[in-house]
Amino acid sequence: MQPFVSHTGRVAVLRRANVDTDQIIPKQFLKRIERTGFGAFLFHDWRYRSDGTANPEFELNRAEAQGATVLLTGANFGCGSSREHAPWALADFGFRAIIAPSFADIFYANCCQNGLLPVVLPEAAVSELFQRCAATRGYEVTVDLEARAVSDAGGLRVSFEVEEYRREMLLRGLDEIGRTLLDEARIAAFERSRLALSGAKG
Amino acid sequence: MMPRTLFQKVWDAHVVSQVPGGPALLYVDLHLVHEVTSPQAFEGLRLSGRRVRRPELTVATVDHNVPTGDRRLPIADELSARQVRSLVENAREFGIQLFDLDSPDQGIVHVIGPELGLTQPGMTIVCGDSHTSTHGAFGALAFGIGTSEVEHVLATQCIVQTRPRTMEVHFAGLAQLGVSAKDLILALIRRIGIAGASGHVIEYTGPAIRALSMAGRMTVCNMSIEGGARAGMIAPDETTSSYLRGRRHAPAREAWEGAVESWALLQSDPGAAYDRRIVMDAAAVQPQVTWGTSPGMTADITERVPDPDQAQSEADRRSYQRALEYMDLRPGTPLEGLKVDRVFLGSCTNARIEDLREAAQIARGRRVASGVRAMVVPGSRQVKAAAEREGLDRVFTEAGFEWRNPGCSMCLGMNEDVLGPGERCASTSNRNFEGRQGRGGRTHLMSPAMAAAAAIAGCLVDVRAYMRASTASTGSIDNAMRTEIALEGHLLT
Repeated sequence: MQPFVSHTGRVAVLRRANVDTDQIIPKQFLKRIERTGFGAFLFHDWRYRSDGTANPEFELNRAEAQGATVLLTGANFGCGSSREHAPWALADFGFRAIIAPSFADIFYANCCQNGLLPVVLPEAAVSELFQRCAATRGYEVTVDLEARAVSDAGGLRVSFEVEEYRREMLLRGLDEIGRTLLDEARIAAFERSRLALSGAKG
Repeated sequence: MMPRTLFQKVWDAHVVSQVPGGPALLYVDLHLVHEVTSPQAFEGLRLSGRRVRRPELTVATVDHNVPTGDRRLPIADELSARQVRSLVENAREFGIQLFDLDSPDQGIVHVIGPELGLTQPGMTIVCGDSHTSTHGAFGALAFGIGTSEVEHVLATQCIVQTRPRTMEVHFAGLAQLGVSAKDLILALIRRIGIAGASGHVIEYTGPAIRALSMAGRMTVCNMSIEGGARAGMIAPDETTSSYLRGRRHAPAREAWEGAVESWALLQSDPGAAYDRRIVMDAAAVQPQVTWGTSPGMTADITERVPDPDQAQSEADRRSYQRALEYMDLRPGTPLEGLKVDRVFLGSCTNARIEDLREAAQIARGRRVASGVRAMVVPGSRQVKAAAEREGLDRVFTEAGFEWRNPGCSMCLGMNEDVLGPGERCASTSNRNFEGRQGRGGRTHLMSPAMAAAAAIAGCLVDVRAYMRASTASTGSIDNAMRTEIALEGHLLT
């Protein structure tokens, strides 16, 4: 997994709450057996009209969103289906971090598995960022996982919380399976104690 | 010893190791697999030269992508066919049991686990699907995971989890006539919102929950995810053990008594503390229909489409406004009388034999309204076979419903079962997001009985108008049918 230490990039805004994973990546694109190439289908039904042409009203199609690598959005982002194809699509499209007041649990974990950093900030801070982004052409933020802070060139600096376990995995780009298998002896011991228990129950 | 909740007991029994101040490594007793979220996981194993650690604890089926029409024909969509083929090949290569399209036990993964007796109290169960919460109905800790975590479980038989908080949802009283498990859970989501239980495992308690069949309990736990919960759980009792007795993978003979004894311990201790507690009045719940584009946007069938200007917050107002535009609804319109184009009876939420019986009771002797296309998709081959033994298929086809083969079907429309743009559908599934059942499709979620009534009426309607005098409350089968089934020896409940 690509490590995430600190990233500075342009912000794209999707000022909606409860954006579900069916919108992020609709079901017809889940038939693929690869992990790659999902960026082309990100927010498909919002990005494209039924006739296949780009929808100029959609936030990510607007000029100011092009080249953005940080997504700023509303509460409960990524709710609904557990499809990991959702963070794959976001990352493949070019996003490195997502900032929101809250994320759905499964989606949050899926992002972390892919080096896509979900940043939880208080509603007030997210509102402030929406305003700054609207007021500044080419608005950029720095998302610093090491320092656990989001900042901009205009003096804003907000801390965010992140589980230490997740932070370490992301900072070092660790493979979680490899890490768990370091504990293999304990897994084996657990399995043996299970067998002993069921044997005792008869 | 501190009193513990059911959740704490199951969690504690599965901790392999624990990072101080960090997540736990939990052992997984049952890993369910389907064709959509597994290909990349198996490919990952292949690329890293790893094996499946416990093939015997891993069970696969094909459900999301499979056709529900004539199964003798090859799958028409090339990508779908390839995805199904991948699971067949992966199952063979890694030594995993697969209930494929030829198997008499194939079906929706959250339907076949319980009916095969694979799902049992006290287990940890995971699957690459958010509705894995269904299995919590047995007092198991069951939750959905992403594909990377699927690979992790395949390789290690463990999952890394941060301990969630607990929420008790107590349903006081009993549900009224015509009000089912689906209505209870929709009423809860209406109250707490679709993120109301984020970070929590819900334990459902109370007489209304105890009165539910296992199918009803599965409906409630299934939709826990729609309230943002990590998982839902219901403590096992005699209903649970009666359901499991004799099932293929349930503890057999000498092991049965010991199993039932250990399941009896899977209760929350008196005085055990939950992080949050909510009390719902079951008797006050009315038959529900969703009107908007999330499961929380639900109302009593007797109510009207809400007015966005009455919403609690600006964000809510905007999302209600957007939902009404998408659903082509105007504030103040009565929900009863909204014409439907399609009806879908199916999904892991409501496609078990009990759900089909409830719908059949409404459909019997009546006709699907002209202009409505109504489909019944049984949750598994076993459910389909049982329904056919009971003659439910004839009840449906004589009424003008299509009787189809098992799969996820129009719950998410990955196969050919999709809504056309603008089509309004009465559905027993679990999500009414924009485009969920088909781009531009308009989904109204409801119970099986309500969906059957909508098919007959040609519009959303209060099912209680259709309930016959002989029907017992909460949709349980009537005595005559119970005797007939017992004589046949085919009682699955």
